[in-house]
Amino acid sequence: MTEPKNNDVAKEDARLMAEMLAQRPAPACPPGGAKIVVEDFSAFFDGEPVLRNINLEICERERLAIIGPASSGKTTFLRSLNRLNDLSANFTKTGRILLDGRDIFGSAVDVAALRRRIGMVYAVPVPLPWSIYENLTYGPLLSGIRSRSRLDEVVESSLRSAFLWDEVKDRLGEPAANLSGGQQQRMCLARVLALEPEVLLLDEPCSGLDPVSTAKIEDALAQLRTKYSIVLVTNNTKQAARASDRTAFFLMGELVECGPTGPLFTNPANPRTSDYITGHFG
Amino acid sequence: MRLSPRITQGMAVSGMWLLAGLTLGVLAFIIAFILWHGLPHVTWTFLTESPRAMGREGGVLPMIVGTAWVTGLAVFIAAPIGVATAIYLTEYTREGRLTAVIRFGADCLAGIPSIIFGLFGFVFFVITLGMGLSIISGALTLALMVLPTIIRTSEEAIRAVPASFRDVSFGLGSTRWQMVTQVVLRSAMPGIGTGIVLSIGRSISETAAVMLTAGSALGMPHTAFDSSRTLALHFYVLSREGLSMTNAYATATILILAILLINLAAYWLMRRFVAKVA
Amino acid sequence: MRREKIISLCLLLAALSAISGLALITAFIFKEGLPIMMRAGLGKFVLSSDWYPTEGEFGIFPMIAGSLAVTAGAMVIGVVFGLACAVLLTQFAPPRLVAVVKPSIELLAGIPSVVYGFMGVIILVPFIRDTLGPAMVSLHLAPDPGPGLSVLAASIVLGIMVLPTITSISVDALQAVPRSYREGSLALGATEWQTTHRVLLRAGRSGIVAAIILGMGRAVGETMAVIMVAGNTLDVPHSILAPVRTLTSNIALEMGYAAGDHRKALFATGVVLFVIIMILNTIALAVSRRRAGKAVAR
Repeated sequence: MTEPKNNDVAKEDARLMAEMLAQRPAPACPPGGAKIVVEDFSAFFDGEPVLRNINLEICERERLAIIGPASSGKTTFLRSLNRLNDLSANFTKTGRILLDGRDIFGSAVDVAALRRRIGMVYAVPVPLPWSIYENLTYGPLLSGIRSRSRLDEVVESSLRSAFLWDEVKDRLGEPAANLSGGQQQRMCLARVLALEPEVLLLDEPCSGLDPVSTAKIEDALAQLRTKYSIVLVTNNTKQAARASDRTAFFLMGELVECGPTGPLFTNPANPRTSDYITGHFG
Repeated sequence: MRLSPRITQGMAVSGMWLLAGLTLGVLAFIIAFILWHGLPHVTWTFLTESPRAMGREGGVLPMIVGTAWVTGLAVFIAAPIGVATAIYLTEYTREGRLTAVIRFGADCLAGIPSIIFGLFGFVFFVITLGMGLSIISGALTLALMVLPTIIRTSEEAIRAVPASFRDVSFGLGSTRWQMVTQVVLRSAMPGIGTGIVLSIGRSISETAAVMLTAGSALGMPHTAFDSSRTLALHFYVLSREGLSMTNAYATATILILAILLINLAAYWLMRRFVAKVA
Repeated sequence: MRREKIISLCLLLAALSAISGLALITAFIFKEGLPIMMRAGLGKFVLSSDWYPTEGEFGIFPMIAGSLAVTAGAMVIGVVFGLACAVLLTQFAPPRLVAVVKPSIELLAGIPSVVYGFMGVIILVPFIRDTLGPAMVSLHLAPDPGPGLSVLAASIVLGIMVLPTITSISVDALQAVPRSYREGSLALGATEWQTTHRVLLRAGRSGIVAAIILGMGRAVGETMAVIMVAGNTLDVPHSILAPVRTLTSNIALEMGYAAGDHRKALFATGVVLFVIIMILNTIALAVSRRRAGKAVAR
């Protein structure tokens, strides 16, 4: 999939996308409806800044796409939201990230519980070397659910939400590694859903997947939006245009622009945004 | 006259195969020789009777029991400590002064000869701690001897588990300990098992250290504080004092068969481990 | 949260066991052995050939010479055979044979030292006494055939025993050499053997040196097999067919009945042994760490 380099073709492209998007309502973040508030957040690895002063709100029940070229800090931003960056010895930060009004970096915060409220799906599916069933029940077992019937329920509902149930319902005991790439990724999505989280973070979940699998995941996200706040990092601007309500554009660690997807693609406020979208760089 | 590289290579490789063949030949010969002379004498009576007349007659039941006790206790003590050390080094700390010191300790311990362990076990466990020549003294000494092996193999096994598994586990809300026990150790188990099995083999073969700590009693041990003679030591005494060649061969046969079994188990475990993490 | 801290602490305590064990061993061995060494005089202890422990004479020079001789002999055999196996395993053996040779060498390492000693007594010693010894005498390689229990017998047995150590560490060293070296050499038209001895052995040199030094440490430390085949006399050996006593044999043979100063003198022998091993192991570790450092720098 190549970005058009010709200016006129690019502008036409953007106009077509905008038409597509104008037909869908893009929710604004109502006061009190912000699930996550990022306040003056900066992140550093070995003292080098990777994110600079990010101010952003993630609303309840929306799909927020994060776009930007490589090394913009998108993944670092995502991993800060569920404090996975804590695992890196050389990570430091300033600023706050509030989940339901409380700073996730507070001293009294139970990090394990936080990560169950904010689930993450990675770019490359990582099935644990166990059966599909065991992969899915690992999270719930960690949070203390023991009853077999409850676990079975959770497994089925999360696989259904990930549009994978029909394909694997008869082989839950098989190794998860036997699934195809697209199926594995949907299983990873289901694995996160089994935690019954509140926020979903997805880091380029469809990179390397065929269009059919990609479509299935995007469909799943469209349905999941009614229950969760979803943050979707993607290198594919067309996917962002298709599959999100608001979009944020990151460039070199800064948040350049954030707003409803339709207007951002047709009429970006910042010239750097339009340059990226139209493929002048990337 | 300079020979062509092809010919030189042919000669060199043939030479090396000859040397390797001799090596394997020696191995095969030793095993075959011992089994040939000893297997006919490894009867049920031999395995279940106690020795008589200083070992000239009778069987080796107390030695089998003693060896099992000493080896079992040694591994029972060393395995949790060794695996815990490996977990600490890989999952709970960063490389630095402390890890360098721990590794130095383990590496040095690995190089100390068994007779020095025997001397230490004698002066520390037998005399200073007052445990006397006993199974427990022998076991504690052997535990120190096999500890470095268990640490090293466990560490390698744990490191082989992909980093992405750990990330996924944390992402699903696990604590570090849950991640270690439910994800890492589960995958690393066969590799760790290999180290433990090899330690069992080393303990069974050990003579110098147990001689000075577990003693040489011929009777059936009843508690961990009784002295007991291991199979390897019994074989040494029988052959050196010339007490009974048939019994010596039979004892050696048991030892060889045990080693063969242990190496087979270790080999099988290693293959399972490689299959799991590859 | 606090539970994690407790777990971390318990693991740390376990991890300190190895270094504590080492400290304890060093402390007790030195505590028992050093005083008498100082009392008898360090120089006299190490250089005198008079070992009459019941009369208060403690000179361990014959044993030091014995250990040196036996170790040197063992290294000749161990390095030649061990390196050959290592090179074969990494460069020339097809996978089918590697699957046979590698476990066999590991099996060799598992055989108890007393079994090796026994085989030495049954097979090797008579052979040296009755066949090889007289042959060497007639070729003027040795003054007299000796009793079979000899430096040569101990060297051969020890050589076979340290072979697996040398092989496995050398295999690691050779496998750590970047593939590009081998491929580059072959691409220039060299044969595999030329590649091996001109490029790979040189590149893996520090690992192989570490293997040899560790093998030396093993040979110096071996006890039971040596007791059974070396003869255990108290003279400095005058030929490889002469019987000999090593530092380790000295301790193991007399510990059973030694008392008082005699026993302390055996601990002092242990101190000397301990120091030699520590020096060897430290050199080996330093050599292999330097190799790791160079690889990283590259």
